[in-house]
Amino acid sequence: MIVVVALAGGLGAATRFVVDTGVSRGRARLPLGTLVVNVTACLLLGALTGWLLAHPGHDGVRGVVGVGFLGGYSTFSTASVEAARLLLAGRGAAGVLHAVGMLVACVAAAVAGLWLTSP
Amino acid sequence: MAAVTSPDPLPLPVGALLVAAGGTVGVLARALLTQPVAPGAWPWRTFVVNVVGSLLLGALLAVLQRGPDVGRRRAVRLGVGTGVLGGFTTYSTFALEVEQLVATGHAATGVAYALGSVVLGVVAAGAGLLLVGRVLAFRPPRDDAAGGPS
Repeated sequence: MIVVVALAGGLGAATRFVVDTGVSRGRARLPLGTLVVNVTACLLLGALTGWLLAHPGHDGVRGVVGVGFLGGYSTFSTASVEAARLLLAGRGAAGVLHAVGMLVACVAAAVAGLWLTSP
Repeated sequence: MAAVTSPDPLPLPVGALLVAAGGTVGVLARALLTQPVAPGAWPWRTFVVNVVGSLLLGALLAVLQRGPDVGRRRAVRLGVGTGVLGGFTTYSTFALEVEQLVATGHAATGVAYALGSVVLGVVAAGAGLLLVGRVLAFRPPRDDAAGGPS
């Protein structure tokens, strides 16, 4: 089972790379690719969590899609590095906006996803 | 598009395969380390995974950014950075943990966990970037990507 979770995670990570490459093309000043990836990941995990409330007993789905694919698709480390680089480059406001904006947008997306599918 | 500024010998599918291979390893490590937390409890495992992953990614990029992002450097950045460390850490589980803490009446813990993770993650990434950058500054750069003396 854990092998399937890990493979789903690899697929999620590759999806993140492709989406990030597509979003970031030609927009070097503000790193928005990671924001798009993380917000969609949180929306989908919220929706999955809500769906699982209505359909209990699907622990395999939670593991493969939630922990594996969506966990590999979203990333915390890249978000931290992007904000740290903005701060180290003297762009303090952009760095704080990047970190706090990502947090607020992602939690809001998770709540929205839950709301969409909760029984 | 015609906006190619530097020769990129690594096509998108090859990059995606490197990221997928690394991501499989990173997600496996996280799946082995983490488990669901009790309602109201601080999600320590996700917290440590995300902060340590941020530190390691900062340190790795500090090493890699001493040279151009091509060849072996680009392959390591994609496989280990975007793949292993990107897959090891998670924003989706983190955001849902915050939501669950707040929704179950543990708002103070939820806000502390949210801000604590983000602030410590940025500090750890910055520390990795700065400290490893400082250490390496005392050593001559390796010119393995371009070849020849600099």
